[in-house]
Amino acid sequence: MEEKYIKHRYAPILPSKDEWPVVKLARERKEFVKKVANLAEKRILKQTGNNPEILKEELETTLYREKLRIKQNPWIVDPDDEGQFWGEVKSSLLNISGDEKKISRFGEYKSVLNKITARYAEEIASNFKATHYKVTRSVVTYGFSRLLNAARVKGFKSIFSNQYTLQDKIQITGETDQIRDLATKGTIIMVPTHFSNLDSILIGWIISVLGLPPFIYGAGLNLFNISIFAYFMNALGAYKVDRRKKNLLYLETLKTYSKEAIQFGCHSLFFPGGTRSRSGMIESRVKLGLLSTAIEAQRANYQSGITDISGKIFIVPVTINYHFVLEAPSLIREHLSITGQERYYKENDEFSNSYKISKFLVKFFTKGSDISVSIGKAMDVLGNYVDQDGRTIDKNGRQIDTKDYFMSEGKVTVDPQREEEYTNMLGKRIVEEFHKINRVFSSHLLSFTAFEMIKKENPKLDLFELLRLPEEDLLIPVEEFKQGCQIVLDTIFDLKSKGLIKMAPHLNRDIEEIIRHGLDNVGMYHAKRPLIKDFEDNITTQDMSLLYFYHNRLTGYGLEKLF
Amino acid sequence: MDSKSSSKNKIVGVVGVGSFGTAIANMLAQKNKVIVYARKTEVVNEINSQNTAQGKPLDPRITATSAPKEICEQCEILFFMIPSSGFLEVVRTFAPFLFPYHLIIHGTKGLSLNFKPGETLDTVTRLNRSQILTMSEVILQETVAVRVGCLAGPNLSKELVQGQPAATVIASKYNEVILEGQRLLRSEKFQVYGNSDIIGVELSGVLKNIIAIASGALAGLGLGENAKGLLISRGMVEMVHLSNALGGSVKSVFGLAGIGDLVTTCNSVDSRNYTVGYRLAKGESLDEILADMEEVAEGINTVRIVKAFLETTGLRAPITENLYKVLFEDLEIEEALQFLMKYPFNVDVDFV
Repeated sequence: MEEKYIKHRYAPILPSKDEWPVVKLARERKEFVKKVANLAEKRILKQTGNNPEILKEELETTLYREKLRIKQNPWIVDPDDEGQFWGEVKSSLLNISGDEKKISRFGEYKSVLNKITARYAEEIASNFKATHYKVTRSVVTYGFSRLLNAARVKGFKSIFSNQYTLQDKIQITGETDQIRDLATKGTIIMVPTHFSNLDSILIGWIISVLGLPPFIYGAGLNLFNISIFAYFMNALGAYKVDRRKKNLLYLETLKTYSKEAIQFGCHSLFFPGGTRSRSGMIESRVKLGLLSTAIEAQRANYQSGITDISGKIFIVPVTINYHFVLEAPSLIREHLSITGQERYYKENDEFSNSYKISKFLVKFFTKGSDISVSIGKAMDVLGNYVDQDGRTIDKNGRQIDTKDYFMSEGKVTVDPQREEEYTNMLGKRIVEEFHKINRVFSSHLLSFTAFEMIKKENPKLDLFELLRLPEEDLLIPVEEFKQGCQIVLDTIFDLKSKGLIKMAPHLNRDIEEIIRHGLDNVGMYHAKRPLIKDFEDNITTQDMSLLYFYHNRLTGYGLEKLF
Repeated sequence: MDSKSSSKNKIVGVVGVGSFGTAIANMLAQKNKVIVYARKTEVVNEINSQNTAQGKPLDPRITATSAPKEICEQCEILFFMIPSSGFLEVVRTFAPFLFPYHLIIHGTKGLSLNFKPGETLDTVTRLNRSQILTMSEVILQETVAVRVGCLAGPNLSKELVQGQPAATVIASKYNEVILEGQRLLRSEKFQVYGNSDIIGVELSGVLKNIIAIASGALAGLGLGENAKGLLISRGMVEMVHLSNALGGSVKSVFGLAGIGDLVTTCNSVDSRNYTVGYRLAKGESLDEILADMEEVAEGINTVRIVKAFLETTGLRAPITENLYKVLFEDLEIEEALQFLMKYPFNVDVDFV
């Protein structure tokens, strides 16, 4: 009953790296950055209504916030000349306000604006180098499969055995052929769920296994603080997103960068949740900022007359499913302290330095915790499915033209408010697709059932009281637990038959085996295990918050009603 | 952008030629060429040869067709003016000819049900939100059109035909739909407001029909203006809670489509919903009343749907619940009134 997953490596769709869009972009980096800076300037001018007073205010706000950031929240990656740059901005702003003539003032404000967008664009732009990419790819693949074989095939000698490959560990399922196909024809935007910092590297590896050229993506600038990550990120085509900078100028430059790169033909990767899911739930709302650039780029392509598939943008949802999320304890504590009532918790980031990460990776690849990645069906930017040739198909199976969504009175028109609504719609569709391609593991099933059973025993308690229950109230007799799991499992099978969820093949085993498998795997490297069997044959948890985290993976399907 | 000239040459489609559809078609025809759709060929012939629709005069510039394909191809913007009972069917007929560039504005103040085949309100007694569809949700579910809006407000067809001053709300998530609707409909006698809370506006128009029936019943019982004031105010509170539970914003209930339409309908002998209540109070049975009404009173169906929805929420809606008993369970109107007078509405306003 084992489900098929991709065991071979695909041939690259573009064999010569010179043809990779990301390489082309790297070659033209200088001109591209300049273009982004200028376009961002135009956008900002348009938003300020070409009014020198409003522009001045935006510039001053930006200056103020940047100065504050430099003082209060400096990072290792920050360039050394930051203080100097903003000092210069400050003095030019002071000089301008002394100028009598309104027209010349406006011109000078514009030049300050351009200086800033140029600096931001330069900072955001990726430093992709094809040679680094290749090194990284082989390090990841070679290194990890060696470790894997050393651990699974007997003894250290087998370190050079080829019995297992990384694909046995990380299973790729779903619409792999479609994404390969469409990547040769149009531009792909991959939108994965995000639970762990490992996701970026994992996705980068998957993209290469599928034979796709590297994707570009926005990675949090904080990750570049850690040298090992910085190397990987640059190699994978990451551009930098600094979440500390919330000013209009920065955000517009960032969006312009993303939009232009998509129009350039670079396949992109957005984590639509914006950040790792703190609660362990599949993203139920997505961040719309970057997503809107996909819609904008699509409209711009139509506007400039590229109406064939070469200008079409495809959204491909992807879910990454783990038994174990390394950062789970800190993520869920952060979530709980944000949602309220728990006392303030100082974040202890497990990914804080290169040593810890390497240690984790070794642990991770030498022990048996599988990961699966499901690739969803490709959609157009409005969330309609597309067929093998990238044509948009509506819910009644009729072929339609995505361009029509941007038409008004016979031509493609620009309507930011309309596109904002479209972004909302696309966001909702992505969430729907996430739920459909989410792959249930034994560990998710067990955690969900256990948490719901404990909740049912204590109907009067709210979430935070539940999390503080004493140990003796957390015991579930094995027999009852088995029944509970069976009920949930049956419902999941039912959902699966309707195409509303996917399941890992190990859930086809009998319930006792599933429970054993789940107990072995759920959050296996945490110091406190989310689920264990005690000596008296009771199921219990050592960390209720963690149990809640893993339980959350199955929220959003209405399964709670079973209890 | 020469939107003025292009919107002049634009052909506007109106689907349905009931009294409201006819009134709107006539208003649209003052500025643009209009094509109306009617299912029956004799109605189409009547319009094209005599410029009347079932006896009601139509602007001579209006032409009619019974082919959905034709009207969809010629018009980029369509007004759907059909009763909720036939809405789903008509939308399904149109779906194959609609494309994402179409703008659709509907003027239907009713609800539809998202049932599996075989399910009816007789077999399903509890409804959750996902089983209830507003008309815009029907359009979004059945077609690829996304730029959808609705038209609601105190718009009694009779007064519109006479050219009396009035106003309406066009609600849509898309500004362009609102602006287009305003361009097409606004005149010296007709003011058009915009609202982005389409669900709230639709629900206001739908829920006020319940209160209108109750208002007719009070008049039928010979009660005076104090009672009516009481009903309108309590009715509005009930609308706020129901609309909220169904996903509308409280604000819209206070707008033209909510309180505006509520006051008009509760005072109007021309309203079908009001008439149903009035005749009930005069002792007629629901079946008798329905037998000789030309057009549907949306409120009756709405009461049934809202009642079934209440079963799955913890919400109480005393007016709706009692009206349901009067309409479908033979409760005497006097008893219902007694019950309402004893009902502990302690707090005057509990939602702002």
